[in-house]
Amino acid sequence: MSNIDIAQHEITAEPFYQQQENEIALYEAAYAARLPVIIKGPTGCGKSRFVEYMAWKLHKPLITVACNEDMTASDLVGRFLLDKDGTRWQDGPLTTAARIGAICYLDEIVEARQDTTVVIHPLTDHRRTLPLDKKGELVKAHPDFQLVISYNPGYQSLMKDLKQSTKQRFVGLDFDYAPAEVEIGIIVEETGVDEDTAGKLVKIGETARNLKGHGLDEGISTRLLVYAASLINQGIRPADACRMALVRPITDDADIRSTLDHAIDTVFV
Amino acid sequence: MNTDELQLYREELKCNFKLLDEVFEDCLEEALRLLSEQGVKDYLDGASLVCMIGRGVEPVLVYLEEMPEIAHRLGEETLKIVSQAVWSMSRSPNGKAIISFLQSLPEAARRLGSREQFQHYLDIVFDMMERTSGSIHGFHTTIPSPGLPDLLEQMPSLLNQLSLEGLKNWIEYGIRNYNDHPERQQDYFKLQTADSRAMLQRERHGTLFADHQRKLDLYLQACWRDKDHLVPYSRGFDELRKPMPYYDNLGIRVPDVYDDIETADGVKVAALDRYRALLAHMAAHRRWTTSIFADNYSPFQRQAIETFEDSRVDYLACQQYPGLRKIFTALHPVPDEFDCDPENESCIRHRLTMLSYAVLNPAHPYKNPQIVEFAKRFHEMMQQGAPTTADIAKLATQFITRTRQKADLTANVYFKDTEIDYRDDNRHLWLYIEMADEEEMFLEEKPQEPEEPEDEGLPPRHYPEWDYHSKTYRPDWVSLYESLHPSGDPGDIDKLLAKHSALAKRLKQMLDMLKPQNYVRIRYQEDGSELDLDVAIRSLIDFKSGTTPDPRINMSHRHDGRDISVMLLLDLSASLEETPEGCEQTILQLSQEAVALLSWAIERLGDPFAIAGFSSNTRHEVRYQHIKGYSEHWNDEVKARLACLEAGYSTRMGAALRHAAHYLANQKTDKKLLLVLTDGEPADIDVNDQRLLIEDTRKAVQELDQQGIYTYCINLDSNIEPGADDYVTEIFGKQYMVIDHVERLPEKLPTLFASLTK
Ligand SMILES: Nc1ncnc2c1ncn2[C@@H]1O[C@H](COP(=O)(O)OP(=O)(O)OP(=O)(O)O)[C@@H](O)[C@H]1O
Ligand SMILES: [Mg+2]
Repeated sequence: MSNIDIAQHEITAEPFYQQQENEIALYEAAYAARLPVIIKGPTGCGKSRFVEYMAWKLHKPLITVACNEDMTASDLVGRFLLDKDGTRWQDGPLTTAARIGAICYLDEIVEARQDTTVVIHPLTDHRRTLPLDKKGELVKAHPDFQLVISYNPGYQSLMKDLKQSTKQRFVGLDFDYAPAEVEIGIIVEETGVDEDTAGKLVKIGETARNLKGHGLDEGISTRLLVYAASLINQGIRPADACRMALVRPITDDADIRSTLDHAIDTVFV
Repeated sequence: MNTDELQLYREELKCNFKLLDEVFEDCLEEALRLLSEQGVKDYLDGASLVCMIGRGVEPVLVYLEEMPEIAHRLGEETLKIVSQAVWSMSRSPNGKAIISFLQSLPEAARRLGSREQFQHYLDIVFDMMERTSGSIHGFHTTIPSPGLPDLLEQMPSLLNQLSLEGLKNWIEYGIRNYNDHPERQQDYFKLQTADSRAMLQRERHGTLFADHQRKLDLYLQACWRDKDHLVPYSRGFDELRKPMPYYDNLGIRVPDVYDDIETADGVKVAALDRYRALLAHMAAHRRWTTSIFADNYSPFQRQAIETFEDSRVDYLACQQYPGLRKIFTALHPVPDEFDCDPENESCIRHRLTMLSYAVLNPAHPYKNPQIVEFAKRFHEMMQQGAPTTADIAKLATQFITRTRQKADLTANVYFKDTEIDYRDDNRHLWLYIEMADEEEMFLEEKPQEPEEPEDEGLPPRHYPEWDYHSKTYRPDWVSLYESLHPSGDPGDIDKLLAKHSALAKRLKQMLDMLKPQNYVRIRYQEDGSELDLDVAIRSLIDFKSGTTPDPRINMSHRHDGRDISVMLLLDLSASLEETPEGCEQTILQLSQEAVALLSWAIERLGDPFAIAGFSSNTRHEVRYQHIKGYSEHWNDEVKARLACLEAGYSTRMGAALRHAAHYLANQKTDKKLLLVLTDGEPADIDVNDQRLLIEDTRKAVQELDQQGIYTYCINLDSNIEPGADDYVTEIFGKQYMVIDHVERLPEKLPTLFASLTK
């Protein structure tokens, strides 16, 4: 497939990624064996950033697909389009990735319908092929191709879970919010706020994470802490920035808001 | 539990009312679940005693129903305490008040939260009773307290507004001023006099712990990752020793009420923040204090160690949450440096409090060189490393040695401004050598946490009932038992449907009209059920003109507009057995046909749908019978249940509505419809005041409305004149329909449903 512009999928500048444990080495090993990887973790803890970083480090193009419930198999695999000479086949992102040897990252895979999810099966076992039924072609995956999917266990419901037959095709990495010291480093690096401010933000993040299961479904994500720091950089009073970025979005429960507001007022004085 | 066992327990309850036999099993099950073996025994003994007073079955029922929960919450001693209290009340002229007394207990237990508090509550009630019961010219007390029944009636609402101390003061005022005027006493305790309300207003101050318990639990969890029972205590009772906050194996003790305060220089601390400061201090102890042996220290040294340790954990807490310093400082007293006379008074508390303040607030006013020096040393120590409790104890003993004064040992202790509001009594800090061994044994024998109750059968559910007199809910007033409706022959229902086949045919046409309107067309589909001509032509034009055409030229339909779930609640009270004038069938039979047709229709439409029946036999027994659940289809099992509908007992509608609503509320649809099919107004044999259940049902409808449930009543009461002001309008507003020709119900019901959900 000569007409694919590989360059647009390549990551040229090094993304900032702060390793939490030894996930980089683990991923490299999985990649070396071309095993598909599932990354589990709460929202905004660095899953997408990690995959981007690994693609850069391995010098592989990255194709990301954000999954949603309206997505059909054709959205992944490809479809026929009409053109003036008749019909023309257009590869979907998954097919493109398989052809050019990219890392294909399916973000929030549980969102997709189960009949969509199964199209990845033949790519994720020893076959490493992708049948394009409508076109009558069997795509053999490029040796560099790898599939990565992400998954937030917090959202699990009876209706939305991966089938066992899907789950059991992946090796897994568990992500969580980084330990305080590391998370402070991330915020400082991402936004340039001073370490003291970042430390206070992380402290507030911790208080909210302590309430997970006590009225909060999820704590405050690293992403929101980064947002709060960005607001502070805009010159907003830290306590206001925290209310806006850390409390308002995550809950409407008055008791929890009162508790978090108090935490903010005793952390930022 | 098998019947033999049940029989054994039943024999232990020495009380022979027939009504008891019906509820006994359920009450016992709850008791077995919540109480120890001894507890169950005390429970049955207690109930037997309550039976013996000879006031009928009602007090026994209330005791049986309420006590397991209360004893579980406050300790099993309460079983005896309460039955004894009932006994002594029955020996007084106030026997009439016993039921109200018993009924006030669940709310008292809930609001007061500890056994001591509960005991105080009983003392208050009995004190009031004794002082207001009258004697004529020095004879035995024979005249019952005029105000007691009214007081007890008001109790749930009073407990929701007042701390225990406030309650005591309010009652005290009533007794003192109206002991000679029975009527005015009654008015006072009914809250009907101006001074009664004014007194209430005066006593109603501060922030009650019970109203903020969740916030405080959340605070401990969020900021300290700590969790324990928070148990309130009252400061209005112990005259000798003012109770202080503390924690031990049984939980964290906190005052039942705090007021907002403002310091001399205008810093305000809200009551909620006072609670948080207290919890922060205790949580800090729990995190950083290690107990040490007391035996090696003199009493003064211990006092100093406590203060220094308090300062240490405060310091660490403020490191975590710097904003706490402001609150601590505002709550910390500032003793006047020169007010204590070291020649004639023991200034030990004075010194220590000054030191504690100096440590907390760098801008302290003190000049005393020793205070300044030790505050400095304290800070150096904290900054240099992480001193432990034992390390800080050394500094504390040095402080005592260096600041010793002649008069320290006198009994004349200077107390002013030396009590630190947000600190506990430090009992956790000390170990005693003699006791150390015992302590270990104690730990081993630590009573087992009660195991999670197993969910067997369906225990009664309790629902509140609205009392329009006092404008409050009577909490957990009604016991509702849910069961599966018995089954008959499903063939009967099929026959009914066959009988109405002409009607069914007309209904079917109507439903088909309903359906397509509720389909949503989804356009731009690559694969769909039909070609979408507009888009197809556009694509073709694109194609002909050389641009890329959109391949999504199909459309499909989705069953989307009908996002509604339905609950049908059938009144199964005795009056349904009547045959209305001009009919050949009973109302029950007509309802059966109507429900069969309606179910058939709704099944065709595919809306989630459930059916239940209800009836009642006093507030102790509202029956709620499951006929069809949301997950069940309109199948033979459901038909079989519908086939053997039976009517009996009364119509306590509020509880049934609330229970039905809790199922409906779980449905994930946009709209929720609760249909109530009934032939008369809410009523029950234990209620004389007609309005009571009407008002309660009206309240229930309002509650449902707030939960997003639309309640609609189909009324078969032939006495209602359309348009007149009557109970249906009062309860349901405009959301009802009176079916005047009951024989046409089978036809009307499905049509009505269709028009409601169009
Ligand atoms: N280890 C990390 N190194 C660098 N940045 C990080 C790291 N973890 C989190 N971040 C920051 O958090 C933000 C959110 O991370 P990311 O978008 O990867 O979350 P995610 O786990 O993919 O969330 P979601 O599940 O919601 O998609 C990033 O933009 C980055 O600022
Ligand atoms: Mg992401």
